[in-house]
Amino acid sequence: MNLTLFVWRQKNADAQGGFERYEISDVSEDSSFLETLDMLNLRLVESGQPTVAFEHDCREGICGSCSMSINGRPHGPKKLTTACQLHMRNYKDGDVIYVEPFRARAFPVVKDLVVDRSAFDRIQQAGGYVSVNTGAAPEANANAIEKDKADEAFDAAACIGCGACVAACPNGSAMLFTAAKVTHLSLLPQGQPERSARVLDMVHTMDAEMFGGCTNHGECQEACPKGISIKYISQLNRDFLSSTVKKALSLRGKMQSQ
Amino acid sequence: MHLELNSKIPDGPVEQKWSKHKASIKLVNPSNKRKYSIIVVGTGLAGASAAASFGELGYRVKAFCFQDSPRRAHSIAAQGGINAAKNYQNDGDSVFRLFYDTVKGGDFRAREANVYRLAELSVSIIDQCVAQGVPFAREYSGLLSNRSFGGAQVSRTFYAKGQTGQQLLLGAYAALNRQIHSGAVQMNPHTEMLDLIVSEGRCKGIVTRNLRTGKMESHVADAVVLATGGYSNVFYLSTNAMGCNVTSIWRAYRHGAGMANPCFTQIHPTSIPVHGEHQSKLTLMSESLRNDGRVWVPKKQGDVRAPHQIPEDERDYYLERRYPSFGNLSPRDIASRAAKERCDAGFGVGPMGLGVYLDFADAIKRLGRDAIEARYGNLFDMYDNISGENPYEVPMRIYPAPHYTMGGLWVDYNLMTTIPGLFAAGEANFSDHGANRLGASALMQGLADGYFVLPYTIGDYLSGVKPGSLSLDAPEVRAAEDRVHGRLTTFLSMKGRKPVDHYHKLLGRIMWDKCGMSRSAEGLKGAIQRIGELREEFWSNSFVGGSGEELNQELEKAGRVADFFEFAELMCIDALDRNESCGGHFREEYQTEDGEALRNDKDYCYSAVWSQRQDGAGHELTKEPLEFNNVHLATRSYK
Repeated sequence: MNLTLFVWRQKNADAQGGFERYEISDVSEDSSFLETLDMLNLRLVESGQPTVAFEHDCREGICGSCSMSINGRPHGPKKLTTACQLHMRNYKDGDVIYVEPFRARAFPVVKDLVVDRSAFDRIQQAGGYVSVNTGAAPEANANAIEKDKADEAFDAAACIGCGACVAACPNGSAMLFTAAKVTHLSLLPQGQPERSARVLDMVHTMDAEMFGGCTNHGECQEACPKGISIKYISQLNRDFLSSTVKKALSLRGKMQSQ
Repeated sequence: MHLELNSKIPDGPVEQKWSKHKASIKLVNPSNKRKYSIIVVGTGLAGASAAASFGELGYRVKAFCFQDSPRRAHSIAAQGGINAAKNYQNDGDSVFRLFYDTVKGGDFRAREANVYRLAELSVSIIDQCVAQGVPFAREYSGLLSNRSFGGAQVSRTFYAKGQTGQQLLLGAYAALNRQIHSGAVQMNPHTEMLDLIVSEGRCKGIVTRNLRTGKMESHVADAVVLATGGYSNVFYLSTNAMGCNVTSIWRAYRHGAGMANPCFTQIHPTSIPVHGEHQSKLTLMSESLRNDGRVWVPKKQGDVRAPHQIPEDERDYYLERRYPSFGNLSPRDIASRAAKERCDAGFGVGPMGLGVYLDFADAIKRLGRDAIEARYGNLFDMYDNISGENPYEVPMRIYPAPHYTMGGLWVDYNLMTTIPGLFAAGEANFSDHGANRLGASALMQGLADGYFVLPYTIGDYLSGVKPGSLSLDAPEVRAAEDRVHGRLTTFLSMKGRKPVDHYHKLLGRIMWDKCGMSRSAEGLKGAIQRIGELREEFWSNSFVGGSGEELNQELEKAGRVADFFEFAELMCIDALDRNESCGGHFREEYQTEDGEALRNDKDYCYSAVWSQRQDGAGHELTKEPLEFNNVHLATRSYK
């Protein structure tokens, strides 16, 4: 099939960006969307022009590198699918496709379709873990965990950290991303000792990184390639509220005892 | 240079070697640890677990990855599971049996002492991961669940749906994040290692390029760990991520590190077949599918009927036929070769005849669609997405694809290479899998190396060196920077017209045809010559464009492809030198009458360790003989 691509080109973080038009022919319907961009880049090199920069690595929907919106939707039109797993059979001859980087205040554009998502790492660094040193673990089957809870923890932990939720949210909120990790660990006995501190630290970091607030648009869940449920945001809110109250009470308790 | 190989295998019975070694190696006292710095390159399972564990111990750590976040290392894509000798199923598993299966699975080309240690540590890995909150699959009792993998007759594989690698890596990433937060680890994402700094024979640092800004930088340390994965992308099309490369271990080789068994590569039997010319990578379908899927082809050559139109008695379940005791769960090398044999003989299915069926109809009839969906749902969806066919209704079509590399940097029992101070962990080293790796053992090895081996053995090395002995102004540092700068300038000044990918694809085709699933002396000799010619073309006719002071993905690829060209030649030389068939290395000249691999223990029971000749012309072979005192050297049979 033959397609018209409008691709966002931006030389660097400070430069003014804009869409460039490219005609691309003989695209196989078995190709992936990124292979179509490969074809474009091949042609650009052959004509001595700079290639389109885009993040990609595993190309099987699990590393979370993809960071492009296709016709305005993060990862494109297909539900539960990353851009690398989007195949051209979802398009037809003559289609016009706009490709641009994920847009969010907390994800500045680095070049073309590449954005800086390091804020996500910093949210995780603030508390997305169980503080267990190597070698300090008890026997794995010492604690039974209800299957339902373990399965639910897995569903929350399936987040690939791509940032589609942020790009889809009108507020650029990272609530779904943060909620997924908070819920994963809140559901497990291993996550309990640090549960309060974790949610407070992660939410404060999220705010400091310039992500917006959640106003229940639900776009994040729609855009998530791994089907992370918006219900985890209510779990996050519950944990955040109870932890905030607990912390305030414990501070007051300390003051009274002084 | 001629290598003096000392594997440093501790004395004593195999089951006591590691405990005795731990009790006798030297330690660094807690207050001195902070004086030592360690560089870890790569943040997959081996790198992230090592960096986190070093940080916990009190060392100063710098970690590097080329991805934009350490969580994106390719360990994330491992699907099926991780082995451990817990014997939770009461089916006769033990440390010894895991050790035995791994030695036999590797076709008797791995070191017994290392493999035993791996089996021993496997149980602690599961404990550690559960404590981190890794959500493994569980039974209704709330206890951990297991499944079976190829090459074993017990169920010892722990898993998290088809995303085990993801969950284990996120566990290691979380442990790493905790150390980054505490300041013990300094994380450098989107930074690629381009050279080593070696001073007075010891490895003391690396030179890197920041892939976002292009900035070149040197980092010095008291020890360097390479945990940079394998080199399957030498075939261009593989199940590896696009960025996986051989550069870090090849740069080490160029500094004199020994490279062991480069020709030992694993071709995984169950990948989605190639669809066309612009294909960039192959997608794996987890080996766990072979628990319930049955592999077959039509009994009639060139049968083009749809699979459901082919009656039961006209199907050839060739794995069940040839290997009745292991059947569909035969090891990877055997299952791959059997698929190739059927397809080469004209029984293959699909548009190009390069495919076999993996059929779930029986399992769905027996267990119900829901049970199959619970076990493999995400894999079935992935297949549907890529192929456009629904595997609940139509059997999957699969074909072998390059997946893992058993060869890598030679390391001693302490995981140190032949360059003192330079360590290699995970897939980057050659240590545990011999000539064929069993399924669900890569995750086990990566985490064993990072969590439980290196934290001990690196202390033993560091206790003998003075901390912070090399300054950034040293001439060795400047020389390394000049080398990197020179290379980058050369790439940027190439005046051709072809993208570097073009040459990578051509190289990959040669390697797949001549050094892939089956090899011959004649084919390998031709390949070596062709690689040389193509390399010339690559250097004279490629074009990179852009500058070195910006994000330049063509420049990144150019360096990796250039190193693949040099490495590919060594791979063929190794394959040509090994006049036997073993594991994933199948030489057409050496096979039994019924087409099984014919090993030659009299002449080839060794690890082939290559090093660069001092005059720069060619490669020199040193042999590390292998002794089998606990598993009897025998013809490997899965019949």
